[in-house]
Formats: sequence, structure tokens, C-alpha cells
Amino acid sequence: MTTVLDVAVVGAGINGATAALFLARGGMRVALLDRGQICRQASGVNAGTLTMQMTRRALIPFALEAHAMWASAAEWLGHDVGVVVCDGLSLAFTDGEAQLLSERVAARREAGAPIDLVDGKRAQAIEPGVSDKVLLAGHCKVDGYANAYLTGLAFRRALEREGVAIMENRPVTGADRAQGAWALLTPEGTIRAKRVVLAGGVWLEDMASWFGCAIPIKVLINQLAVTERMPVAMRTVLGIASGLLSLKQYPHGTVVIGGGWQGLGDRVAGPRAVIPENLVGNVRLACHAVPALERSRIVRAWLGLEAETADALPAVGALPGVEDVAMVGSIHSGYTSGLSIARHFARWLLGAPLHPGIAAFDPARLVVRPGAR
Amino acid sequence: MTETIASRADVIVLGGGPAGMCAASAAARAGSDSLLIDENSQGGGQVYRAPPAAFAETSPGAFGPDHAIGASLRLALADSGARTAFGCRAWSVSRDVGGAGFRVDVCDDNGLKAWRAPALVVATGATERVLPFPGWTLPGVHGLAAATVMLKAQKLLPGERVAVAGCGPLLLAVAAGIAKAGGKVAGVIDLASVSDWLRVLPGALSRPDLLARGAAWVAGIAAAGTPYLRRHAVTAALGDDRVSAIALSPVAADGTVDRASQPLRIDCDALVIGHGLVPNCDVTRILGATHRYAPADGGWIAVRDGDMRTSIPGLYMAGDGGGISGAAAAALQGELAGLAAARDLGALAAQRHLDLAAPLRRRLGRAMRFGRAMAGLMVERPGLVASIPAETPVCRCEDVTRAEIDQAVAEGAREVNQVKAWTRCGMGPCQGRMCGDTVAAVVARLVGGRSAAGAFTARVPLRPVPTAQLIGSFDYADIPIPRPAPL
Ligand SMILES: Cc1cc2nc3c(=O)[nH]c(=O)nc-3n(C[C@H](O)[C@H](O)[C@H](O)COP(=O)(O)OP(=O)(O)OC[C@H]3O[C@@H](n4cnc5c(N)ncnc54)[C@H](O)[C@@H]3O)c2cc1C
Repeated sequence: MTTVLDVAVVGAGINGATAALFLARGGMRVALLDRGQICRQASGVNAGTLTMQMTRRALIPFALEAHAMWASAAEWLGHDVGVVVCDGLSLAFTDGEAQLLSERVAARREAGAPIDLVDGKRAQAIEPGVSDKVLLAGHCKVDGYANAYLTGLAFRRALEREGVAIMENRPVTGADRAQGAWALLTPEGTIRAKRVVLAGGVWLEDMASWFGCAIPIKVLINQLAVTERMPVAMRTVLGIASGLLSLKQYPHGTVVIGGGWQGLGDRVAGPRAVIPENLVGNVRLACHAVPALERSRIVRAWLGLEAETADALPAVGALPGVEDVAMVGSIHSGYTSGLSIARHFARWLLGAPLHPGIAAFDPARLVVRPGAR
Repeated sequence: MTETIASRADVIVLGGGPAGMCAASAAARAGSDSLLIDENSQGGGQVYRAPPAAFAETSPGAFGPDHAIGASLRLALADSGARTAFGCRAWSVSRDVGGAGFRVDVCDDNGLKAWRAPALVVATGATERVLPFPGWTLPGVHGLAAATVMLKAQKLLPGERVAVAGCGPLLLAVAAGIAKAGGKVAGVIDLASVSDWLRVLPGALSRPDLLARGAAWVAGIAAAGTPYLRRHAVTAALGDDRVSAIALSPVAADGTVDRASQPLRIDCDALVIGHGLVPNCDVTRILGATHRYAPADGGWIAVRDGDMRTSIPGLYMAGDGGGISGAAAAALQGELAGLAAARDLGALAAQRHLDLAAPLRRRLGRAMRFGRAMAGLMVERPGLVASIPAETPVCRCEDVTRAEIDQAVAEGAREVNQVKAWTRCGMGPCQGRMCGDTVAAVVARLVGGRSAAGAFTARVPLRPVPTAQLIGSFDYADIPIPRPAPL
């Protein structure tokens, strides 16, 4: 391939796909490469929760902005991705949880999230499905969920309309610098581009190493489960103070149960196995919150890989010491916030000044030993 | 989990059909502590399903040769010293962390339990392939395999005038079974022609007893004056709230429906139909064994050696789950797997193993010739897949039509899991266990074959688990909630 693209984006999750879309809309010639298919890793298998109450404090402004983007996806993306906007409650069942909740609600409020503390009675009025054991709840009207498995379909259509070259089943194995451009190596030949965006989720560590940068990325193996369709049991998004529960019932009647309980797996082999105790613990928590769930059946449990940096904050910006290579990822609750963060990131690549909130996520802070070329 | 009592065995056998029963007995006789797990209340599986005690007592001997074989396998199992966990639902399988080997999580009325063993024999049998046609979701339409369960275990007839359709030996067995139980067979509709049956005759000759039984079935159907339509397929089940008639058309050898000829019609109040058997390899797939697509064996199968070892040390696959080859072969494969497990665990000396296995292998060769011949009649017919009308639901749980699957591929989906994500097909209670093979066959035609189309990713639970059973009774304080996520 002799043509030189403006940007090659490696990794077609929510971050890569969003960046590619806005780069193309900004007039750039873009290719989006993935070793598998578009949005089939974290961005296609996640729980789809669009909540402020599980978002890290530093990400609240981006999550609020992204929530609005998700809610209006039909307009700017051309597909609604099954988004439902509804109230959300973060529950506390014990004094310890109530204490934790109060602290976290205060911190998130300070960061701009419109969360109020309500008592158990009020929580039940907001969500009649919730158990009467709730002591205290954080209530937020900016909440909701998407249907994550539709993400790939939605972005594929939008990217095709913008003329982005979607290259699936194209694993990138390394990069070379030649004639003022980058050559990305793939088994089916090289892709040449002036600039490279790394958006590899948990594989960002491998991607950075192609350029001599050592940025450790921890891999979380999150478990999720889903019930068969059941009568309406709840209408809000529910969590608990510790963040270890997420629950919502989709319009077709299934309830997705999550919250970051861990399974087995790693970056090389991918997800390996659901840990039965953790599934049982997660489902117990869910039934404790919404007793009606006991009358369902669990039909499937699955795993997805989520990235976490050393300080659990995102890695967004230029790769230190490497010309024309930048990365975007490792965003906690990144399905929500990725949308706005990757859009800011694209605007920056298009020439706008970097959003000051994002400057704090500079990957340079994460490099463990200087090895940049 | 306080209720999870870890229990150990040398060999766990999953599935209590002929393969599983023989594996558990063989391993136990060879000196290994073996445990057989099955959700049914007794061993037998699909083919040798034990009739309810009440029937067996009132009419002993009324169940034919299968019943006698099943009864003797059950006796052998009891004598072998193998442990059994019947009425027990295995919902999760995993590689045991820390220890070498496997972990099988079960739940029953007594709660949850995790079994661990260094060896696992998977004997999970086959599921029936029913290729969709308009009206296939109407009440009164059943699978051939489901009909055998009705006849054998419940002594129930599917209807008063039953049309029997599809392919393979089950077709004849069910038609004969209905007639024997006093029902009326409205017609037998066979995808195969006489020459298709003759082609498998050489293989079938290896079991003259079974061949004679098949011939008797055919003769019985003819003697009763039942219409027998060969090289025909059911193209629609008709009726408002229940099937009242079926439409049929001639088909080509590959199953392509001849739409030019005037469809025939047969009145009936039930249709039992099946288009072959598909190996159930969920467990070996979840555990990550190597599989290959083998159409003559019924579909995706675990790669095995002659002793039923899969690519994962300690994991064995026996019976139809490893490729459709019938009950007699399943029993022998089970025995080989049980012996191999005992040998690999050191319970059986190498020479002793060879002595015991050699005659089994010879018998297996003969049984396989018969089983494979029958499997040949049950292979997927690509033309029949191609003939599924656009508006017909392929995934009945989620009501996803063939046109919607085609559309997903047209929009860029390249394999079945992506098709699933974009259409919800395979996301219902059956999790694609019924439609998965058909969806893959439909997608394969569009993306260049079965390997490219792939298979729905297998996940736990192995069956839908009632949530109440999964959680049992618990105190909130005892839930091991992990540390809070960072703020
Ligand atoms: C189970 C689970 C539940 C979650 N629930 C929520 C939630 O409810 N709400 C929320 O906001 N967030 C949630 N998250 C977090 C969220 O899903 C992630 O933060 C987000 O999807 C990450 O997107 P990404 O684009 O960075 O990574 P990914 O979506 O993982 O994309 C990375 C891509 O890079 C590709 N790639 C890797 N290596 C190569 C290579 N060598 N060449 C080419 N391509 C390559 C991969 O194939 C992959 O497609 C959850 C995460 C998980 C795992």
C-alpha cells in the first residue's frame, strides 16, 4: 500500500471508533484497524451502564458530557444504540456503606454530578422494585444505559458514511518509521500513515512497546450475567455504594447483573473462566437489592477485559518522545466517558488546544523507564 | 461460599447416557474413584432413558431391546462402585485454579456444590437439528428426539394423526414407535431416497441385528398403508393455533426444495420432525479444547485420539458429543475414555490398559461403521438451509428471521457472534443451543464456509439456572463483596 493516510487508528473499541469518526468528520483520511471485529472486546461486551455513580471523580465532567452524547446518539451517530435515560440509585444497606456513600456522593457532587442523598423510603418511591432494606441511597437523574452489543453496528454504519477505511481482522504487530511517516506492520502488508492513534484497551501496553515505551496496564477481568426475559422488576439503574453492583432491566425484559466482580483471564489468552463464587456473590447482591430477581433464571455469564493504569486514571495524549503517535484509553467506566474523551482527543489531533482536564491524563506520567526512540 | 462443599473424585463424568455410564463404570472398575453427574433421576440418556418406575413395574419387558441394554448398563454402573449424582444440574465447568484438573459446579435442591477432579470425561451427547420452515413454531410440532422421549419415558403419543418427517434412523424408529403405541402415522416424509439408504447399506451390514430391526420398521410402515414420501421435505406446518396439516415438496439430493412442483398436503394434528443430530460440545469448548468442523460427524467436534483424549490433558470426550456415531459406539468410547483416564491417573498399569482397550477398539471399529453410516443420513443438507424462506424465524426464542441474519451479514457482520450481537439471535433462554447450528449454516453460505462463520461462544451456565437455586439462602453480611472501586 503506497498511499499515506492522515491517521491510522489501531483498536476499534469505543475509543478508537469515536476518535476515527471525529477525525474523519474533521476532514482527515482515516483507517481504523482491529485484529478482530469492531467493538467486540470491552466496548461490545460491557454492561452499558451510563452512570455518574460509578464514575471516578476526575471523570465526572466528561461522563456528564458523554451522557448527553449517548442520549442524543440517534442524531450525531445515526443509531440510538438502545440508550434509555432513566434515574439511577446507588444503595447502602449497612452503616458502613451509608458512610462510604455519603463521602462518595459529596465528592461526586463537588465534581458536578447532580446526585442527592435520599432515605430508604424515598428510594423505594423512586424504584418500587428495590428492597426495603435500603438505609440510604444516592439518587441521580442523569443515569441510564445503552445496549453495548449494538455499539459495533452503530459505529460501523457511521464510520462507513464518513469514508473511514474499516480494516477488521488486521492485527498490527509493530511499526516502522520511513520517509516521514509510520508504517504499521500487519500480516497482510503495511499501512502507512502520517500519524498513529493507539486505542488498544488492555492491549495498550503492547502497543506502546512497539514504539519503545513501557506503560504498564493492569487487566481487570469483569464478570457479567444476564437473566432470561422476565416481567418488569425495575425501571432504574441500580448500584451499591462500593460500586460492586450494577443492575438494569432492558426493555425486552432481561436483567444484566454486573459490578466488576472478577473472573479468570489475561491479556494474552483473553477471558478464561467465570469464577462461580463470584457469580453467586454478584447475583446474591442483585437479589438483595431487587428481591423479584429471585424469580428469574440466569441464562448466561460472560467476561470482558478492562484496562487500568497505575493511578487508575486514563492514558490520553502523545506518546512521550515519539513523533506523531498518541494514545487514548484506560478510562474507568470508559464506555460512558470514552465518547467525550475520545472526541476531545480527536479535536486536539485536528489542531484544537488540548482540553485542560485531559492534559492531566498525559501518558508520560505512566512510563516506567525511559525507552522512547 | 459457605454452602459450597468442595468434593473430590479421581474422574468426573458429565452425562449419564451410554457413553457416560460406561466411562464411569470402566474407571471405577479400574480402581479410580469415579463420579457420574446427570440431571436426570437415573442413567440412560436419550437412547436408554429409563421409564418411570410405575410403567416398568406394570409392563416389564414391554420396552424392547433398548430397554434391556439400558437396564444392563445401569446394573453394571451400580456394580462398578462408581458414585453417582443424579438429579443434579451441572451449571459450570472450569479448569481448577491452583490444582491441576477440573472443577464442576452443580446445584440441586440441597444447594450448591463444587466437585473437583484431575480427570473429566465429557459425555454430553447430541442435540437435535431442526431446520426452520414456516409454521415450525406452531404447537403440535415436535423434534424427533423429543418424540422418542414422549414415547419411551412417558408413553405419550404426540397426537392422534402424526406426520413424521426428516431424516435418519430416528425417523423410522419414531414412526414405528407411534404405530406400536397405537397411534396413527399420517405419513413418513424422508429427505433421503431409496438409493441414499442403499448407499449406507454396506456400513449398516456391520450390525445385522439393527439392520433387521430397521427393515421391520419399514415393512411395518408399508403394511399399515402409511404414505412414505422419499426425497421430500416439509415446507410448511399449517394451522391457526395448532398444526392441522403440513405442506410438502420434493427436494434434490442436497435438500434444495423444488418450488416449481405443486406442494402436497397431509392432514395431521402433530408433526414430529428432525434433520439430524449435532454433537453437544459446549463443555469442551468452554474449557478451550481444540475443535474442528467435521460435517460427516454432525458439526464441530473436539479433536481426540483413539483413547478419547482431547487436546487438554485430563479431558476426555466420549459418545455423540464427540461426533455422531450412535449408542453402541458411545458405550465403547465411554469405556475407552474411562480406562484411559484411569491409566493416565496411574490407577491402571500401561500393559493392563492395552489388554483391556484392544478388544474394545476392535468392537468400536465395527460399531462406528454402523453409527457413521447412520450419521451419513443425518448430515446437514446445504440446499435445505438455502431453502429457508426469508421471513421464517430461525431463532425462535428471540424471533429473528433468516432475512435479519442475511441483513446483518450484508452490513458487515463476518461471523456468528457478531450476527448475534446485531440481531439478538441466540440470546434467548436456549442461548442458541437450538438455533446455533442453523445460524452458522446460514452465515457460512454468505461468508465462505463454516470455519469463517464460527460458532456461538459457549458460556456458563450450561443450562439456565433458577436464580433462587443459585443464590440459596444467605446473609448479606456473608457476601464476600470485594474492596470498593477507587474514587
Ligand atoms: C465486563 C465489562 C463491563 C463494563 N461495564 C461498563 C459499564 O457498564 N459502563 C461503562 O461506562 N464502562 C464499562 N466498562 C468499561 C468499558 O467497557 C471500557 O472502558 C471501554 O469499552 C474500553 O474501550 P477501548 O476502546 O479502550 O477498548 P476495547 O473496546 O477493548 O478496544 C480495544 C481494541 O483494540 C484491539 N486490538 C488489540 N490489539 C490489537 C492489535 N495488535 N492490532 C489491532 N487491534 C488490536 C482489540 O481487538 C479491541 O477491539 C466495562 C468493561 C468490561 C470489561
